[in-house]
Amino acid sequence: GSQHFSELFCILSSEERHQLRSVSVDLNHDASLLIDIPDALCERDKVKFTVHTKTTLSSFQKPEFSVPRQHEDFIWLHDTLVETEDYAGLIIPPAPPKPDFESPREKMHKLGEGEATMTKDEYTKMKQELEAEYLAVFKKTVQVHEVFLQRLSSHPILSKDRNFQIFLEYDQDLTVRRKNAKEMFGGFFKNMVKTADEVLISGIKEVDDFFEQEKTFLLDYYSKIKDSTAKAEKMTRAHKNIADDYIHVSATLNTISADDSTKVEGRVASDQELKLTELLRYYMRDIQAAKDLLYRRARALADYENSNKALDKARLKSKDIPQAEEHQQHCLQKFDKLSESGKKELTSFKGRRVVAFRKNLIEMAELEIKHAKVSSTIQPPAAKGWVCSV
Amino acid sequence: MAASSDRNPPPFPATEEPGAGLSDMADGDSDEGEDIFVSNSDPVAVSRGVSQPDRASEEAPDLFGEEEASSTLAKSNGVHSDDDNDLFAEANVEPSPDKPGSSDRKELPTSSGPRPASSFTKGPAAMQPTSLEQLEEDEAKDSFDVDVAVTNPEKVGDGMNAYVAYKVSTRTSLPMFRSKAFTARRRYSDFLGLYEKLSVKQSLLGCIIPPPPEKSVVGMTKVKVGMDDPSSVEFVERRRAALERYLQRIVAHPLLLQDPDVREFLEREDLPRAVNTQALSGAGFLKMINKASDAVNKMTIKMNESDTWFEDKFQEVENEEQQLRKLHAVVDSLVNHRKELCGNTAVFAKSMAMLGNSEDNTALSRALSQLAEVEDKMEQLHQEQAASDFFIFEEMLADYIRLLGAMRGCFDQRMRAWQRWQEAQSTLQKKREAEAKLLWANKPDKLQQAKEDITEWESRVTQYERDFDRIGMTVRKEVLRFEKEKAKDFKSQIIKYLEAMLQSQQRLIKFWEAFLPEAKAIA
Repeated sequence: GSQHFSELFCILSSEERHQLRSVSVDLNHDASLLIDIPDALCERDKVKFTVHTKTTLSSFQKPEFSVPRQHEDFIWLHDTLVETEDYAGLIIPPAPPKPDFESPREKMHKLGEGEATMTKDEYTKMKQELEAEYLAVFKKTVQVHEVFLQRLSSHPILSKDRNFQIFLEYDQDLTVRRKNAKEMFGGFFKNMVKTADEVLISGIKEVDDFFEQEKTFLLDYYSKIKDSTAKAEKMTRAHKNIADDYIHVSATLNTISADDSTKVEGRVASDQELKLTELLRYYMRDIQAAKDLLYRRARALADYENSNKALDKARLKSKDIPQAEEHQQHCLQKFDKLSESGKKELTSFKGRRVVAFRKNLIEMAELEIKHAKVSSTIQPPAAKGWVCSV
Repeated sequence: MAASSDRNPPPFPATEEPGAGLSDMADGDSDEGEDIFVSNSDPVAVSRGVSQPDRASEEAPDLFGEEEASSTLAKSNGVHSDDDNDLFAEANVEPSPDKPGSSDRKELPTSSGPRPASSFTKGPAAMQPTSLEQLEEDEAKDSFDVDVAVTNPEKVGDGMNAYVAYKVSTRTSLPMFRSKAFTARRRYSDFLGLYEKLSVKQSLLGCIIPPPPEKSVVGMTKVKVGMDDPSSVEFVERRRAALERYLQRIVAHPLLLQDPDVREFLEREDLPRAVNTQALSGAGFLKMINKASDAVNKMTIKMNESDTWFEDKFQEVENEEQQLRKLHAVVDSLVNHRKELCGNTAVFAKSMAMLGNSEDNTALSRALSQLAEVEDKMEQLHQEQAASDFFIFEEMLADYIRLLGAMRGCFDQRMRAWQRWQEAQSTLQKKREAEAKLLWANKPDKLQQAKEDITEWESRVTQYERDFDRIGMTVRKEVLRFEKEKAKDFKSQIIKYLEAMLQSQQRLIKFWEAFLPEAKAIA
């Protein structure tokens, strides 16, 4: 059924709400354009986000407004930005991943089937655990969608994008517009074979040291962080299984001793490891976006080199020289623009990444410590109460 | 199962005049020439002050130094006072069916008397019927005279004929043993052989005989090939720990401790190889129990319990076994998931290390490397936690599932005793009817035979009734004793488990606290 995220959101402490926004550094501090997602509604498969904007900019019709948006609308916005020539020299913030309730939904299904074999207490605890997982997925998806918009709003160039404004403001359903846009652009950029990127990027003879280094670094880093993300996910999943097992252990011990036993290991997985996994996953996508920038620049360089060859040919044939010259100039300008902008983007990206990692690693360590301290004070007294009654 | 912390049992009240008390009670015993076990020394009184591992002992200096190596507490027990009193009350002493042991004292007859045990505190002279409460009180006066340990598994021989020999170390103050501390090398089939010998003894009917760990062809084959790989190491350790608990339970049992086969097992240098152990694979053991249950179910005459205690208890036992099986399955799942987490964490740690190497920001690179190290340490923690899950928690559950099965077996034995008695009564009835018929038909020659038959069956009926009562008594005592031991055992194991977990958490805190400044140093 449908459930308002805002209702669930209220359950969170203010500390937890703050932590939601910690994957990227605080982006929402430019008061001229403040965006957040205060609420979301989950209806079966579809999630409807409430995008809330507060602005002092005259380009908008109202100073404050909200619109409902679906995940697909975010994807449309991302794609139009990617395919805009003018933004070729920018790192386009990665598109938020599709909301994935598969795991909790499957578990909910299994729980329903197994209800008969469980005690009431066990069933209740499993259900609570499941609801928490569901909420966690919900939190996560709201967060990544929100961060996407906030990255745009804090970018000097992208924040002024016309489609971005439409996304924020347009109070009708975007579906129609989305379909039209697809027809216009044809998604040609996305249809390109991704593997060609790598070859092209590594194949280009690099004239600029900065980009040479960046290329090497990003290609290597990407493969490593992709690996780490996958391994972190597995680790988190194993932890969750253990937490579930402990619920069953508690429940069965309770039936044997008919006394209230303690939850020996709480929800260890939910916070700390999830945090690390999320951080890695986010930056994996961000680095992909940076690689895309390198790709575009590499293409521009290739185009420039081709235009040089064309100009030489034209000169040889003494034919169409002015067009060739113009074309060559055009390519050069484009390439220079990309390089200049790209350098800026990549430098700030570096800084951003380091800051975000720092913040997250600190928070993760603090959470680990906090949880361990809590569970070590709870266990012995309560457990001893149980064993005395055996 | 008794915690080794309880080391000072109350004094044996008859210490002052053991001889005098004995002679009153001896009855037919002294006629039969049986030495009363307790005549020269008092087993219980001697038990005080045994507990500390005596490293100065010449025979086996490192005997209980290995206690640290074994994961469970060495459990010990001594003679149960009730049995001394049972002996005194016993009118018919059943001769010990086994050959005399190497000690110079005759064995204590292992059967308990038909009348309930006298009160311990009132001294052996007073023979009072005891209530159930009295029994429970008497159960509380355990004494701890024997410590056993199973250590040093060693592969002997090569190829498919290879086997593992374990060192069985005993430390005791009981005079029935030839010395205070001694060791013997035993292999798994020896343990099985002991179990078999104990199981077939008439005199132990109604006793819960602790079952040994199951056979494992797969496990052993791997070990025969080589003892070095992790799964073999785990298998051997698991078996060693299980064999140790098995022995500890046996010596904790007052009747079993008296059994000459047990003594022989502990003491004798060369034990003849046990050959009849084929039936005793894990599946075999269960089959044995179930076959007995089937036989009981097929009984045509249904027992009419005057006392619902047995019926209720049996139901309780069945329920509890079911619950434990469920719990065991869940804990097994936990162990497997924990092992999975170990693997995943190790892999993740490596991946983090690689990422740290790739990172071009120096401070972040260092922090990521540190994170990789922390995760490595976490893997170690998970590994230890998994071992704790398994050896402390899961194996305990497995033991009790087997023990409850053995307990069910005892209830069945009682039913069969009842059945025998009923059948004898019905046979007696038939004989009487036959006699009556003969009287009527006036056949004096056959009458003599009929009268002899009746006498024979009358005594059998009496005997079987007494057997039945005796088994009932034994089962009751056993159940009480078992329940007490189980509660203690569970409590101490769960506490141990939680303490291990607590320690683990504290180490975790240290690791992350050490990491925190590294994370903060990122710039």
